Amino acid sequence: MVSFQPSEEQQLIRDTVASFAAEQIRPAAHEADETGAVPSALVQQAWELGLVQSTIPEAFGGAGEAISAVSGGLVAEELAWGDLSIAMHLLAPRLLLYPVILFGTPEQQQQILPAFGSPDFRAATAAVMEPRFGFDLAELGTTARRKNGTYTITGNKCFVPLGGSAEQILAYARDEDGRVGAYLINKGAAGVARVEREQNMGLKALETDEIDFSDCAVPAAARIAGDFPALMNRSRVALAAMAVGVARAAFEYARDYAKDRKAFGVAIAQKQAIAFMLAEMATEIDAARLLTWEAAWVIDRGQDATREAVLAQRYAANMVMKVTDNAVQVLGGHGYIREHPVELWARNGRGFATFEGMAIV
Amino acid sequence: MIDFELSPDIVRNRDMIHMLAESSMRPISREYDEREHDKPMEFFDMMWNASKMNPVNIGGDGKGAKKDLPPTRSLGSAVTIEELSWGDAGLYLSIPNPGLGGAAVMAAGTPEQKERFLARFKEGAPKWGAMAITEPGCGSDSAAITTTAVRDGDHWVLNGTKIFCTSGWMAVEKSEGFVVVWATVDKSAGRAGIKAFVVDHHTPGMTVTGLEKKMGIRASDTATIVLEDCRIPLNNILGSPEVKKTTEGFKGVMATFDSTRPIVAASALGIGRAALDYTRGALEQAGVKIRYGAPAHKLTALERDFMDMEANLQAARLLTWRACWMMDQGMHNSLEASMCKAKAGLAVTQVTQKAVELLGPLGYSRKILLEKWMRDAKINDIFEGTQQINLLIIARRILGYSSKELS
Repeated sequence: MVSFQPSEEQQLIRDTVASFAAEQIRPAAHEADETGAVPSALVQQAWELGLVQSTIPEAFGGAGEAISAVSGGLVAEELAWGDLSIAMHLLAPRLLLYPVILFGTPEQQQQILPAFGSPDFRAATAAVMEPRFGFDLAELGTTARRKNGTYTITGNKCFVPLGGSAEQILAYARDEDGRVGAYLINKGAAGVARVEREQNMGLKALETDEIDFSDCAVPAAARIAGDFPALMNRSRVALAAMAVGVARAAFEYARDYAKDRKAFGVAIAQKQAIAFMLAEMATEIDAARLLTWEAAWVIDRGQDATREAVLAQRYAANMVMKVTDNAVQVLGGHGYIREHPVELWARNGRGFATFEGMAIV
Repeated sequence: MIDFELSPDIVRNRDMIHMLAESSMRPISREYDEREHDKPMEFFDMMWNASKMNPVNIGGDGKGAKKDLPPTRSLGSAVTIEELSWGDAGLYLSIPNPGLGGAAVMAAGTPEQKERFLARFKEGAPKWGAMAITEPGCGSDSAAITTTAVRDGDHWVLNGTKIFCTSGWMAVEKSEGFVVVWATVDKSAGRAGIKAFVVDHHTPGMTVTGLEKKMGIRASDTATIVLEDCRIPLNNILGSPEVKKTTEGFKGVMATFDSTRPIVAASALGIGRAALDYTRGALEQAGVKIRYGAPAHKLTALERDFMDMEANLQAARLLTWRACWMMDQGMHNSLEASMCKAKAGLAVTQVTQKAVELLGPLGYSRKILLEKWMRDAKINDIFEGTQQINLLIIARRILGYSSKELS
């Protein structure tokens, strides 16, 4: 039956994460953007919340919770509301964990999952996107050539969160039959080189790397096969949810500023041009959230969510650009100055139209 | 738990209404658009007989009524109305039913009034209820109405002119219906002086002086009603006749908009979906695929436009469902009702305009219904609270401002 009410458990998790975001993440956001680094103490604190490890099966030391795109979306929105770079940093290990949990063989799971029960943050990630205009998930440029019991991976990947520091990277490549596979590569493996830490318009606190694979040998046992199109829908939903979080942050800040800032004898929020802008922002944020929830719900039902997830992501990406841009506009000249967070949110907001596979629920 | 699955009974109703829309409304759609003041009485008789099988639930008193209603009444209505409007929005609006006038009686009437005015919808010949608010000089600014109600012995005497009254002609001259008229008992008191009065059909002093020629929803009659010393019984006023310092009475009738705005949004969705469905079918016939999973740089302009239309409409639909769900849960939904109305009116205007554009000369032609849907869609951006008024309401709510603080 139709309902827009998260379960009590979901509300509890959402409230917990929202508090963490308000008390710990948001205060660290400005400095993190300016210095280009996420404080490791914060990363460790978030790790202790168990958000990443909760879905690891009990047999491998986790809490054994079901992977839920809806729940994941609620969490992702709150973390991103705090700060997008920090959110992506905290959730990066999932990029490797989820494919292993969903598609890995028992041997692979035994091999990979227990290490994430460590008390300390364990950096892990996935390499999905490629630095070329024609990038297409269905026709990856990165290839995997099979020879005896080994695959050799060759190609360039970009926008790899924590690529340089990750203990393990899950690299997506196309094999000779044209099928997509994901390959588990350990830190320090031969044939893997970090080309550079990327300099991006936004997401400045998040380490994202361009990684070069050159005949990187991976044993066949380290290849993961699965429904990657379905996995990509989880990524689309995660990014859409994060876009909603960023947009909401911008809207709330602009709203509060507009109520405070006076011009022509009244608060600027009392002028229709500003009031209407804020009203549209609020409506579009809610609209994007509902589309994202619906896509997440379809995923959780085990159905093909490609249409819903793609539409939700496109809508959210457009929405967050418009909302964050409007937030800068509401603050006027002050919105342009880095002392206020709205320009950061606009720089981050633009990214959503360009990200793929950088977060997952 | 977050859930988007409609319950089986809503789905059953929807499917039934869809068949009806396709078989009974679409075939006469063009005809009653062209012949705008003629009425499809056969269709009305059929809908009327069907509605008597599901009569309006008057309930006990206003407070108890909610308990008697099914838990998904508002959402169920929205789904059904989307389907009827998918058939034909003008015909849907002109179906004999208590209408907005009935909604006002439900919201503000005493049990006696509900019986007196609403029992008639369970029996006899088709009837219409209507609501008359707008005047030549004021639409959005409903607090500025000039129609007066003066107490004279056992009667109220109404004087004034109302325009844009949906189903007004059918309600007051063509059936044993009624119209709810907003009038002021004390102009100097502003909002606090505005009350709602039920005027029964054929009451002397009330005349339909004209019917509008409209851009769309032509099958729905839009009446000008002149009240000239129109006398109605004292107990035809909805709510208290007192002019209080507070604006309780005004707010009470305004509150009906919280339930009617999502319903109008639902109607808008039906028109938008008609255009979307047609466009999708036309593309399929032409062998054009919408490749949802394709990377952005590979999408054709057509694919991008279509996907934007789909997402826009679905966003409007989910906002509407949310507002309805909240109403069904007994939650205050003013903000959400205005959000869904503002969004739906705009979204279907955009979707239908884009559909005509995409289909080129065929879209522009009166050979198919697409151009009619664009004409039908536009009113949803306007009536029942314009997009701008709804944005104003949303803004007030999100900013915590009164109407004085943000006008």
